Amino acid sequence: MAELDGVLLSRMLTTLTLAFHIIFATLGVGVPVMISLAEFIGIKRNDQHYNLLARRWARGFVVTVAVGVVTGTIIGLQLSLLWPSFMEVAGQLISLPLFMEVFAFFFEAIFLGIYLYTWDRFKKPIYHWLLSIPIFGGSILSSMFITVVNAFMNTPQGFTLEGRTLTGIDPVAAFFNPAAPTKIFHVATSAIMTSTIVLAAITAFMILKGRRGEYHKKALKLTMVTGLIFSFLTALDGDISAKFLAEYQPEKLAAGEWHFETEKGADLILFGTLNEQGEIKNAIRIPKMLSFLAYSDFNAEVTGLNETPEDERPPLIIHYFFDTMVTIGSYTLFISLVFVVLMIWKKGDPFKAWLLWPIVIAGPLAIIAIEAGWFYAEMGRQPWILRGYMKVAEAATTSNYVWLMLIFFFLLYGVLGTLTIIVLRKIFKNNPAEAELEFRFKS
Amino acid sequence: MDIPIIGMTVLWIFLYGYLIVASIDFGAGFFAFYAKFTKRDDIVNNLISRYLSPVWEVTNVFFVFFFVGIVGFFPQTAYYFGTALLIPGSIALILLAIRGSFYAFGNYGSKDSMVYTFLYGATGLFIPASLSTVLTISEGGFLEERNNTVVFLAQELFTSFYSWSVVFLAIVSVLFISAAFLTYYSARANDQPAIKLLRRFALIWAPPTILASLLVFISLQRHNPRHFENMLGIWWMFGLSLLFFLIATYLIYTKKNYGTAFILVMLQFFFAFFGYGASHLPYILEPFVTISSAYTNETMGMALVIAFIAGLLLLVPSLILLMRLFLFDADYVKGNR
Ligand code: HDD
Ligand code: HEM
Ligand code: HEM
Repeated sequence: MAELDGVLLSRMLTTLTLAFHIIFATLGVGVPVMISLAEFIGIKRNDQHYNLLARRWARGFVVTVAVGVVTGTIIGLQLSLLWPSFMEVAGQLISLPLFMEVFAFFFEAIFLGIYLYTWDRFKKPIYHWLLSIPIFGGSILSSMFITVVNAFMNTPQGFTLEGRTLTGIDPVAAFFNPAAPTKIFHVATSAIMTSTIVLAAITAFMILKGRRGEYHKKALKLTMVTGLIFSFLTALDGDISAKFLAEYQPEKLAAGEWHFETEKGADLILFGTLNEQGEIKNAIRIPKMLSFLAYSDFNAEVTGLNETPEDERPPLIIHYFFDTMVTIGSYTLFISLVFVVLMIWKKGDPFKAWLLWPIVIAGPLAIIAIEAGWFYAEMGRQPWILRGYMKVAEAATTSNYVWLMLIFFFLLYGVLGTLTIIVLRKIFKNNPAEAELEFRFKS
Repeated sequence: MDIPIIGMTVLWIFLYGYLIVASIDFGAGFFAFYAKFTKRDDIVNNLISRYLSPVWEVTNVFFVFFFVGIVGFFPQTAYYFGTALLIPGSIALILLAIRGSFYAFGNYGSKDSMVYTFLYGATGLFIPASLSTVLTISEGGFLEERNNTVVFLAQELFTSFYSWSVVFLAIVSVLFISAAFLTYYSARANDQPAIKLLRRFALIWAPPTILASLLVFISLQRHNPRHFENMLGIWWMFGLSLLFFLIATYLIYTKKNYGTAFILVMLQFFFAFFGYGASHLPYILEPFVTISSAYTNETMGMALVIAFIAGLLLLVPSLILLMRLFLFDADYVKGNR
């Protein structure tokens, strides 16, 4: 029992760190894209509002990136501390993308330092903008590489296991494992989507509080248009991810959809509850939709969970995570669509409270969607740490003090999270955009 | 040269890079706190923040690079160190996290908070102390393999004279390296009061640095005679290190060429660090892990080396750009930009 506890605690600590890191990681991928976009538009249209937007976003970004960096450093080392046996084996196969991830960070970190402190140092503003390319390029690349690692855990390949030794190791095959493409795209687009929606939510909130100037309106338009584009892309590659699962990890899809018997023309089950007999109640059933989702064909056969040995089935709770993610995705898609339609339509006015409030709510919801997506993907891999090769229980540390570390890190993240919010509020409260516009561009 | 040696050399170079840039950062944190405490922060703190702000994240990546690299090239180290060092490793991580984020909070958010500055200064000394114990542990004698797990003998570590002399060395070197660099930096800015203060710091911390090195030598002889013998085999590296130290201190003392002095300090640590590393081999962790036992498979080793070369082609020009903009641009250093 003591051993099992160690495993459970290690999982909890990993979950805690990753769930905290992913908030900042997601913003770290998406916000630089928006900063770069705003600066570019500002230069092209010679519009100081966009220039200021880029500067102010960048100022907030410095704070979130710092938390992203320290929590990322934690998870990087914690993987070895909590899963030493896993890292010993997997290290032989996936250290290539991990190593490349660090290079991408390195590149990004260097240019971020330069970018932040050279706003007025170049004669041509476009040179400064050029510096933003390695920043978002670096963070997207590093998210790609780390996602490759995670994809490898889901669909490991590129080696043969003989007893306890690995032979025929092929790092390139391990790198280009089947789960990688869909995951990379879905992670990247969802990160950009979430960042735009979070920025939009903040802006909408400011407008509701009475900041109705051009600056805030331009900011909301920019974030909502990009938000619409990336909500759409996220739903699109989310759908492709589901098709990938149907092909390569049917047990994850089946557990996520509560699809027990293999059948043709399978229904899609939304929400609902399970009773003691394992029957589904209170659910919305969309006939044949699951078959369509999985194979683009309403009559295709979808593998059920009963095909998987009982001790290798993922927990059924992941159904709710999937539903949460998809519901929120549809919600942001809808909201941003309404906004953009009203924006384009001459008689429309998108800056009304009935629309601004739902946008404010969409901010925290998007973060919840990211968390739900990862919980779905990670718990859906259970009980495997390397699907088909190594179970989570074989990989955990044998140390007896994980519980203590769990408490420490819990406190640490509590403090960091609270301070991040306090500091961010302070930065912007003491220095409202209108005042800064006056001061900076009073020509 | 075979790949494990190349891999280890590469990693060691990065760890050396971390040693230098992180020492500057850690020491600067301590000086910033000290200056604030003694109400002299108007003299040095702007200077320090002008240097640190653009580069602190880069410093952190040096560290990440090292530990990701060592798990990549030598996965077995993940097993031994990972199993044994959960507690000390986690504590070092928490300190690093506090330091990094509080730097950002303090610097971009609420300026002049004494609490942030204090945490920033204190962690600057605790982190090198706790990280240096990993090197101590690698000398052997602090880990034990018992029924299928690796146990860390914390008590041994806390009562070992060798271990404490390494901690002492780590702290004073941090302060010495940092003061030497900041003296140079303030000279670039031509900031007389700052030069005066920082030069004094450099001179104060010079003698303890050499004293601590001697202590480590002596206690290593008792703790790990094999390693000590190997060191004597390459005594000239340590001799050179001492020579560079003496010239550097002399230059700072006579107020000449602070730039050259700092380069000599870097060379001093380069030779000591590589002398230490070379004589440590073939062990990574005595007696469990050697560079050949821990080495990953041949294919992965090659792939990593190729990735490394490609990465360097990208990094070196960018690092040079960073240094030109913030280190060697006299206008920036002076605060005119
Ligand atoms: C804002 C966040 C967000 C939104 C709105 C969506 N997703 Fe998602 N989803 C993620 C954020 C995310 C994620 C956090 O990025 C995950 C976790 C692991 C991964 O690869 O991406 C993910 C995983 C994930 C997976 C599992 C992939 C795997 O384990 O290999 C599937 C099948 C989907 N998503 C499908 C969808 C569909 C059909 C959506 C329709 C709207 C959708 N997602 C919206
Ligand atoms: C960044 C967003 C991520 C989140 C929020 C996340 C979340 C989780 C969760 C919830 C678990 C526990 C599963 C369970 O207890 O049932 C877990 C486990 C784990 N994840 Fe992830 N994960 C993320 C990404 C990754 C990535 C990219 C990697 C690859 C390096 C990874 C490696 C692991 C490992 C090693 C475990 C422990 C084994 C296990 O319990 O399955 N995670 N993660
Ligand atoms: C797919 C999920 C993840 C994404 C999208 C992601 C992305 C990011 C981003 C954007 C940052 C901020 C640093 C910066 O902007 O410079 C960051 C930091 C970091 N992440 Fe994650 N991350 C993810 C999961 C992980 C996992 C599982 C690990 C551990 C192997 C990890 C390791 C790191 C490290 C070491 C850093 C700090 C790098 C530095 O010092 O600059 N990340 N990550």
